[in-house]
Amino acid sequence: MSLTLSIPFERYTQAFADTLAMVGASAGIAFVAGIPLAVLLIVTAPGGFLASPRVHRSLGSVVNGFRATPFIVLLVALIPFTRMVTGTTIGVWAAIVPLAISATPFFARIAEVSLREVDPGLIEAAQAMGCRKWHIVWHVYLPEALPGIVGGFTITLVALISSSAMAGAVGAGGLGDLAIRYGYQRFDTQVMLIVIAVLIALVSLVQFSGDRWVRWLRSR
Amino acid sequence: MTTAAPRPSLWRTVAGPAPQRPATAGASPSTPVHDLPPTQPARRQEGATGLTGTVAFDRVAKVYDSSAGPVPALEGISLGIPAGSIFGIIGRSGAGKSSLLRTINRLESPTSGRVLVDGVDIAALDDDGLVALRRRIGMIFQHFNLLSAKTVYDNVALPLRVAGVRPAEVHRRVEELLALVGLQDKHRTFPARLSGGQKQRVGIARALATGPEILLCDEATSALDPETTHSILQLLRDINRRLGITVILITHEMSVIREIADQVLVLEQGRIAELGEVWQVFGAPQHDATRALLAPLQHGLPDDLQARLRPEPPATGTYQRILRLGYTGADGLEPDFARIATALQSPVRLVHGGIDRIRGHAQGRLLLSVPGAVALPPLSSLVQGPGAIAHSIEVIGHVADVEHSL
Repeated sequence: MSLTLSIPFERYTQAFADTLAMVGASAGIAFVAGIPLAVLLIVTAPGGFLASPRVHRSLGSVVNGFRATPFIVLLVALIPFTRMVTGTTIGVWAAIVPLAISATPFFARIAEVSLREVDPGLIEAAQAMGCRKWHIVWHVYLPEALPGIVGGFTITLVALISSSAMAGAVGAGGLGDLAIRYGYQRFDTQVMLIVIAVLIALVSLVQFSGDRWVRWLRSR
Repeated sequence: MTTAAPRPSLWRTVAGPAPQRPATAGASPSTPVHDLPPTQPARRQEGATGLTGTVAFDRVAKVYDSSAGPVPALEGISLGIPAGSIFGIIGRSGAGKSSLLRTINRLESPTSGRVLVDGVDIAALDDDGLVALRRRIGMIFQHFNLLSAKTVYDNVALPLRVAGVRPAEVHRRVEELLALVGLQDKHRTFPARLSGGQKQRVGIARALATGPEILLCDEATSALDPETTHSILQLLRDINRRLGITVILITHEMSVIREIADQVLVLEQGRIAELGEVWQVFGAPQHDATRALLAPLQHGLPDDLQARLRPEPPATGTYQRILRLGYTGADGLEPDFARIATALQSPVRLVHGGIDRIRGHAQGRLLLSVPGAVALPPLSSLVQGPGAIAHSIEVIGHVADVEHSL
């Protein structure tokens, strides 16, 4: 007995590719923007080597603002900005902008926690050996916090896979959109089950790889 | 065995030809560095300004702001530390040792007063000047503060890399430094896999990487066991002798000071309690804080003897007088039992006590017993002049003879 697919197989591969593109691109942006944001939050905090309550507080407020807004609301609220950046408000690229903007503060907060746990004695040792500020960030803060940052990035990826399901609202496609349109609106249980299985496999793979990486980093 | 290596000529300078190091393949990694054959005592650079590596404090004070108001940590500290010496700072917890040490490389800034390194007021340095100063001052820590994400090699290489030293030069110097601290086989190891003593050796190698003239040691042996402490102190002394680096260490253990320091500063509640040559301070402590810190090292009165000791001789029966002889280490006066017996005109018995030699000065306290039947000469005549047998003598009590049933 062979399985008969209710929709063409290409729909699945296309949706899978769309999800990967959205999650991959927005995670990349979140990583590149989130790390400096987290570093800024740390070094401007009281006791940091660029301590500045005003900068720290305003950065914190911006981060909190984006963290407080539900993604589906952000998706719509950001439409004018998305159009400005990508020239369009529908499709994969239109989804990447709000996904990245919602993931960046999320990841920055997690990275901030890992950076804050770096032993202050190490910072002192680096200062004593003649490290400049950016040396301390590059050689002490980031490598020492790396296991926590990798773990936090794994969590961010999983959250992004989940958020990307809502991107169908702007016609971006992806696995979540497939499940809503076929599984829910057309009562196609087969599509629903396959999509859920694929998402579970994807999330498990991401989590497993992240955990392995963190364990390897910590075992050194 | 390790061959006599020519002194690396580049401890201080970054440029110059690489010295030919003989193969050290036969060197056992466990070979303590201080067993290396003595070589030229120092390669200290003597320029127009004379020796480098002096530190001077001029009325240094530090006040911390706390929620309960200002808390003074240091007050009126003025002293000079000569180049090439080993200078110990000791005090109880909260005495301000750490704050004082940290003002030398400006990890902390004094509230008032000046800190001068080689005559330069370091408060006036800008960012570049401060970085340059810190490259001339190495520092090691109680908890080692090694970067866990970097290998031993990369930890030692870091100060050189951030100073912009060429990779080939970095490699050569890291090899040299790891050989110096006896860890030449640990290049690729991460700090988590090292013992405490090995971690501190990495810390020392890292602190020496930029060829500093001053090495600050912040409770460097307080987290180590006695044996490892001894080997680390020997390494520090060896480095001080061979490289001529001024070593400034803080500790709460007098035994550390006794083992390696030349001069000692006793801090008490942020003020100078006592300052001087170690043998002088140990031999004749002037301040209560010093005596309290010295107490664990001294041969006090044993409890059983204390219990039997009476201020007056017993009314009946024979008894022993207990004499305490003190030696401060001055004038080369040492306990000479033949002379003591002659001077007291009596047989003497050593009951308790001990003598330590600090930088060649014998000091300590001896408890002697002298039969009560013997009349003692005036004790004051025994502590001065050519006939002196000790720096101080006193009768601390009398003990009745026990009837032995032998």
